Amino acid sequence: MIPRHDWEAESLRAVGLTADYDEPVDLVDYRFADVPAADPSRREVLKTLGAGLMIAVAADALNAQEPARGRSPQRGRRGGGGGGGATTVAARVHIGEDGGLTVMTGKVECGQGARAEISQAAAEELRVPIDRITLVMADTGLVPDDGGTYGSRSTPSTIPAVRAGCASARALLVGLAAERWGVAPSSIDVQDGCARDEKGDRKLAYADLAADAEAAKALERGVSREVALASVASWRTMGVSVPRPNGRDIVAGSHEYPSDVVRPGMLYGKVLRAPSFGATLESIDLAPAEAMGGVVAVRDGQFVGVAAASTSRAEKALDAIAATARWSTAPHPSSAELADYLRTHADGGIPANPFADEVARAAKSLKCSYDVAYVQHVPMEPRAAVAEWEEGRVTAWVGTQVPFGVRGELARAFGLPEDRARVITPDFGGGFGGKHSGEHAIEAARLAKEAGQPVRVVWTRAEEFTWAQFRPAAAIEAEASLDDRGKINTWRFLNINSGASSVRPPYRVGRVDARYVRSAAPLRHGSYRALASTANTFARESFMDELAELAGADPLAFRLDHLDDPRLRAVLTEAATRFDWPNRTKSKEPGKGVGLACGTDKGGFVAACAAVSVDRDAGTIRVDHVCQAFECGKIVNPANLLNQVTGAIVMGLGPALREAMEFSDGVIRNASFGEYRVPRFADLPTLDVHLLDRPDLASAGAGECPIIAVAPAIANAVHRACGLRIRRMPIRLPNAKEEA
Amino acid sequence: MGVDVAIRFNLNGRPQTATTDPERSLLEVLREDLGLVGTKYGCGEGQCGACSVLLEGKRVFACRLPASRAEGKSVVTIEGIANGDSLSPVQQAFLDEGAFQCGFCTAGMIVAATALLDEKPKPTDAQIIAGMNRNICRCCSYPGIVRAVRRAAGRKEG
Ligand code: FES
Ligand code: FES
Repeated sequence: MIPRHDWEAESLRAVGLTADYDEPVDLVDYRFADVPAADPSRREVLKTLGAGLMIAVAADALNAQEPARGRSPQRGRRGGGGGGGATTVAARVHIGEDGGLTVMTGKVECGQGARAEISQAAAEELRVPIDRITLVMADTGLVPDDGGTYGSRSTPSTIPAVRAGCASARALLVGLAAERWGVAPSSIDVQDGCARDEKGDRKLAYADLAADAEAAKALERGVSREVALASVASWRTMGVSVPRPNGRDIVAGSHEYPSDVVRPGMLYGKVLRAPSFGATLESIDLAPAEAMGGVVAVRDGQFVGVAAASTSRAEKALDAIAATARWSTAPHPSSAELADYLRTHADGGIPANPFADEVARAAKSLKCSYDVAYVQHVPMEPRAAVAEWEEGRVTAWVGTQVPFGVRGELARAFGLPEDRARVITPDFGGGFGGKHSGEHAIEAARLAKEAGQPVRVVWTRAEEFTWAQFRPAAAIEAEASLDDRGKINTWRFLNINSGASSVRPPYRVGRVDARYVRSAAPLRHGSYRALASTANTFARESFMDELAELAGADPLAFRLDHLDDPRLRAVLTEAATRFDWPNRTKSKEPGKGVGLACGTDKGGFVAACAAVSVDRDAGTIRVDHVCQAFECGKIVNPANLLNQVTGAIVMGLGPALREAMEFSDGVIRNASFGEYRVPRFADLPTLDVHLLDRPDLASAGAGECPIIAVAPAIANAVHRACGLRIRRMPIRLPNAKEEA
Repeated sequence: MGVDVAIRFNLNGRPQTATTDPERSLLEVLREDLGLVGTKYGCGEGQCGACSVLLEGKRVFACRLPASRAEGKSVVTIEGIANGDSLSPVQQAFLDEGAFQCGFCTAGMIVAATALLDEKPKPTDAQIIAGMNRNICRCCSYPGIVRAVRRAAGRKEG
């Protein structure tokens, strides 16, 4: 047994995150008229879990939250919902009089496997079979705020917190049994949900704990920070492949996603979008919509929307009024000029290389620029929300990665104390770091308020492509010098616009100047799987290959020569060995090439080898084989991890080879699956994934890191196949054709 | 807006009448009028397959099909794929292989795979990939889906 506080500290250290880690997102600042000032001091407590140990769950969740913020969102402001977690045992686990165990978390499930893994954690510490656990996720009225679901934090941060809460409940069961039987707690074992004495004669179940009024009070005490968690060696439910608990509903088509929620009398809403970025609405006539009958139309500031009994009727109403709208437009840069634009707008200009003297004196040196395009997340389920008002309270079912943050957005938009807004997030259809905000919930709520009926808003695919936040584009400047033994002795690396993650090299490179410089981002931006790590790793690992060539070294040997971190060395060696790197680099088959890359992000370590076929005449690149090794400490759920890693590799092929937002005059020009090509079945390479399990190390998350090495491995393979060095992502040949 | 008409068709084995604007998509009528929300909207442009249903046993994109085109035909949605309470072999194979992450594409994948296996009961991997290629999974569970289709076809490995 390891004391829990050690686990938490170790876990967070392992992922290189601080306890207040947050991700940037540009929020949509809807400003409505007649919004009263909120009174954040008012609190109400929901009691909805039924008989048993009744608990002030919502009160706990409220106590943990930050005070309401002002209503002036700025670019790059935090996504909200930093998360205080559960402060009492009862806020984490509810024990019914029938012994039913309901575990609560503010995390969401959107395909990454949190529902299975958090259930495993709870079952492990409560010592019950996993099917005894009912996991309530992401209902701000019921659950503690565990922070937004991002930054690969569920594994290192929430899982230990859930384990601590459940272990505390187990300790209470042991304590009660010890007291009743007059024996030492250490002589009691908990198995299958029952405390037993040494001989196994006496048993005490969680239901007995729930029936004991004194014990019930103890549950309302704080989660012990000293409570011992099950050691890895004793794990039964954690560390094994547990399938998604609601998988049957998914294959049966009965799981209710946010876009499936139906409320009595619900209408379907549509929101008017500007014809181009930065355009301002000057005037509009709502009469054509109102004349249609059964249509609610509203204009409030820049917000214009309609609601009707069906989506097509709402669309017709919206089209009718859109035709009357007058807009003033604003100039907007185009994607064609993006690379220059980001550099010329770099905050404070592009700083000079502080090692210019060393570079001038060096045996060899190299300077390269790399560019990474804007991309969209394109989750399969577009943004969806259903909102309903009752007696001045709003309840919203919302697809979002930050339910508590969205509760705050709703409260600010409508001038409510936060306890008058409740956000429920059913398991939804994909996030990938793209659903960090709640403008769709505000849209539904504004329309529902006007209509006096619940309203569902589901964005169209085109809206999702245009108005959701983008993964930021990057312009990267790299320069390094080599000494006369071919070792890197100075390294400068600037990321302009996209962010700081993985901006520092994992290599031993002498003197380092590596940083992130802001720019005037032309598009709304926010997170994405691994965010800037993808851009930074693409540039750095491409640059490492170029330096290896300059030094006359093999790319694998050159990396290992500069690499101390044993965990990164281990995955790199594993991938290269499994791929048979030394032999495969000898092949001289025309148009074929292999490449490799490695990196680390949020406590994960990854290396990929790729084999490609390049057809210079046709302008095509085909990825034939990806062999990837990944390590993120002790594996919590091997099947889920394999799903995450495989999914990340294949998803990563998109931005690596094709995905890029095209825009001009403030309009996205490829806002459809027909024009923005995402990976499909036919793009599948042979996949070879090797997961390294490290029971001696704390578990880190895996939703992000496995995506970062794919693109540079491909760029390096393309260079070996045809001699072309493409310093741009997506990696496309000069004569590439659009292939939708 | 067109005048509402009564469209009669067979839905998941039962006679059904929907009185609606005949130009509305079958997807919207299924989801909004008939309460069958298992079929998903993913794009509305016939590009992703999330809205797949069987029309006379053939896979169609319900987002692009005017509801009137169902007149007199049989329509099967994900809700009609199972045999009562027991999952169909394709559904069971998806569950056994864990062939999904968020699961939002899954209904469309299962419908597409059902149509594929009806036409080619023993598909090769190349036929699975070609047959499923019009369905998108953004979580990129493609390898698991290929395994699930193989399993449903009674094949063990590639
Ligand atoms: S929703 Fe019909 S094909 Fe995408
Ligand atoms: S499982 Fe998420 S889109 Fe396929």
